[in-house]
Amino acid sequence: MARKESKVGEGQRLKTSLQWLIALAALSSSWQALADWSALNMTKGVTAISREVYDLHMLIFTICVVIGVLVFGVMIWSMLVHRKSLGHEPATFSHSTKLEYAWTIIPIFILIGMAVPATSTLRDMYDASGADIDIEVRGYQWKWQYTYLSDDPTQEVKFISSLLTPPDEYYNRTPKREHYLSDVDNPLVIPINKRVRFLITSNDVIHSWWVPDFAVKKDAIPGFVHEAWAIVEEPGIYRGKCTELCGKDHGFMPIVVKAVEQAEYESWLAMKQQEALQVYETVGKTWTMAELMETGEQVYAQACQSCHQANGQGIPPAFPSLVGQGLAIGPVDAHIDIVVNGKAGSAMQAFAAQLNPAEIAAVVTYERNAWGNNVGDLVQPRAVNALISSEE
Amino acid sequence: MSAVIENHHDDHHHGPDKGLMRWVLTTNHKDIGTLYLWFSFAMFLTGGCMALVIRAELFQPGLQLVVPEFFNQMTTMHGLIMVFGAVMPAFVGLANWLVPMMIGAPDMALPRMNNYSFWILPFAFSMLLSTLFMEGGAPNFGWTFYAPLSTEYAPPSVTFFIFAVHLMGISSIMGSINVVVTILNLRAPGMRLMDMPLFVWTWLITAYLLIAVMPVLAGVVTMMLMDIHFGTAFFSAGGGGDPVLFQHVFWFFGHPEVYIMILPAFGIVSAIIPTFARKKLFGYDSMVYATASIAFLSFIVWAHHMFTVGMPIAGELYFMYATMLIAVPTGVKVFNWAATMWQGSMTFETPMLFAVAFVILFTIGGLSGLMLSIVPADFQYHDTYFVVAHFHYVLVPGSIFSIMAAAYYWLPKWTGNMYDETLGKTHFWLSFVGVNVTFFPQHFIGLAGMPRRYPDYALQFADWNMVSSVGAFIFGFSQLLFLFIVIKCIMGGKKATDEVWEGAEGLEWTIASPAPYHTFSTPPELPERSMA
Repeated sequence: MARKESKVGEGQRLKTSLQWLIALAALSSSWQALADWSALNMTKGVTAISREVYDLHMLIFTICVVIGVLVFGVMIWSMLVHRKSLGHEPATFSHSTKLEYAWTIIPIFILIGMAVPATSTLRDMYDASGADIDIEVRGYQWKWQYTYLSDDPTQEVKFISSLLTPPDEYYNRTPKREHYLSDVDNPLVIPINKRVRFLITSNDVIHSWWVPDFAVKKDAIPGFVHEAWAIVEEPGIYRGKCTELCGKDHGFMPIVVKAVEQAEYESWLAMKQQEALQVYETVGKTWTMAELMETGEQVYAQACQSCHQANGQGIPPAFPSLVGQGLAIGPVDAHIDIVVNGKAGSAMQAFAAQLNPAEIAAVVTYERNAWGNNVGDLVQPRAVNALISSEE
Repeated sequence: MSAVIENHHDDHHHGPDKGLMRWVLTTNHKDIGTLYLWFSFAMFLTGGCMALVIRAELFQPGLQLVVPEFFNQMTTMHGLIMVFGAVMPAFVGLANWLVPMMIGAPDMALPRMNNYSFWILPFAFSMLLSTLFMEGGAPNFGWTFYAPLSTEYAPPSVTFFIFAVHLMGISSIMGSINVVVTILNLRAPGMRLMDMPLFVWTWLITAYLLIAVMPVLAGVVTMMLMDIHFGTAFFSAGGGGDPVLFQHVFWFFGHPEVYIMILPAFGIVSAIIPTFARKKLFGYDSMVYATASIAFLSFIVWAHHMFTVGMPIAGELYFMYATMLIAVPTGVKVFNWAATMWQGSMTFETPMLFAVAFVILFTIGGLSGLMLSIVPADFQYHDTYFVVAHFHYVLVPGSIFSIMAAAYYWLPKWTGNMYDETLGKTHFWLSFVGVNVTFFPQHFIGLAGMPRRYPDYALQFADWNMVSSVGAFIFGFSQLLFLFIVIKCIMGGKKATDEVWEGAEGLEWTIASPAPYHTFSTPPELPERSMA
């Protein structure tokens, strides 16, 4: 099968392939100059742990590259030289006990060299000493909820953090702005130089909370709470993502963490506590139809739209339509109930955990009177509150 | 060499039947091998089209072609079809064609069961593909189908998916039993286990892996079925179950499954490199022991797919150390191949090109696998495109390249004609460039922080995603050239000799080209003591 070729021809081919290699190397180095380094490699991050992880990554990477260069070098040398077309006669050896022992035992030592620093980094990450701040991170389809845990329940701050990028941008109707798909309405705010513990769980399917700059990635698993922690050293905005497939909007539930000075953190927290108090007061007041519809539209866009769609038509059968059918035009109590308690065995969540009574009242009112639905009734927040309290 | 003289009675026909029923009723290992190979190629193109939908959508940021719901169906179906429809049946097809010819057996030991195990597959995959047209769409929870996304939150078609998986499992188990029984009982007199070609060895070990883990897969999908329809709560925390239990059971199947898709490839490459280096395989014994060690280790490393689920540190450390150990026998194999090439007298026909590319690119996938085993670093790699790059390097230029190498290597024996060498080399170079342009940049995308299974992405990932998509289309369309080359070779071409390749060793090269419908009706005389 082999074609005979003269040595001259082979030499020329070698030369051209060498030229190709040089051209390729030049091309790749100019690419490297053009491309941003952060687009090619892992981030160093902003915690002691993340830098340890980065160093570990670079160490293993370097070892792998060296092994690769040696093995591929031998193979490529052999392919260039031990060719039939160059008249190379095959050797007859097929066995070498010494060599085989060597390449079984030497890798074991290399592996030990990797395992030692890896073990020590992992022990650092699993250090479970007490935290300065505990934050519960709860995954929902398809947003995150952050709760600043406190011994005093009235001091507890809790909010939903969801994607800020509007559908017009990802459906290419308007230009994509900076932080496309990486920005949220309410970022998580933490102080720098404090040990912040994240207690990670989920309300529905498995999500995974990943902030590369902290080297924190932990699955959010319904029914279980796992912990991770970070001491952030530099103020800044750090962006992360959900990394466990969690349904249709898996790619649309980013994480934003804002690390600030302690004083700024404290005033932010006080403001949030004040806001929570105000919301509590709105529940008692009597709302007008216009107020409910306006708030309802906003709440709908934030909490309901990703499944039931902006026009209320849903994506049947998983996400039913709310227009001219079903609970949205049926008895009001059942409508409030499904929003408050969700529907078991479906994607419909229990929104009592995410929305306050005023928001639930507003969104129920909105759904009953939007898109041509005109039931005409209006739900007051105190009715929702009464339902929630009676269940408790 | 020894033309095989058919020893038949008058009432007993010796050629294939005519028409369609030949293929429906056949119990001939060559026919069934052919069916398996064509089936797997059809599935390869189907799953490939889905991959191209994915890559086309990811060509630019923004949603251009599909909605996220459909994107998730594509990633899920692409994975399932490539794993269960393309790679596994292709290896079974090769085993059907080659194992009897390599050990001097007249056929597989259980020919009727062989027929069943093939014919289950078209039904299984019709069922799976039909879910694309159902209300609520096809399975959309990833090929790893983690609960509760695949149970409480799954589309109604999940039940069809479960039964399709059951059928595939039954087919695989029957096929594996057949391989084991054939190899252990039907070897030519005098052929010891340690005389068998490595392809036979790797398939023997693969078959045991399949028999061990396919029932585990069947178990896990049955538990899902119970959770969905019969009120149990194996994987639902609300009912006292545990979603992570699903992952443990799944990966107890899933990790050996990964080796099921690579061990036969080791066997193929171990046949091809010695032929074209005109030198005996280096370290035959250590190759066998390394394969067995890899198979054993595959059972005790499953949770390295789950480092982020919140295992205790002792668990993380154990699974890290055990996983790192796999590098040792895998390294032995790579060094043995390199040593086989060393000081050989090499030529680079298409099978050799694919085999050498296999060794190099599979090793790149192996090295990134070693990086993934390091738990703290895995926290940054896990579920990003770095993982996608890693497993595509071991599966595409790994398993798929080995299958193509095998096709080019044995096609002349199967068809009696040589394939077109120029076209074959063109196919190789297009595939080689396409694969690397597709998957190498995915390492960067992953390290820079793009998670897998995302239908859309932030702007900083745009450049390399575009490069990757271009590569995918080059690779995808070059496979049509492969189809053309195979058909051209079947239709005609330069006649192949019986030996086909100068320097090829093994019983399959002692029979005529094309291989007669029945071979080794009487056991062959082994030409020399060692067939390896």
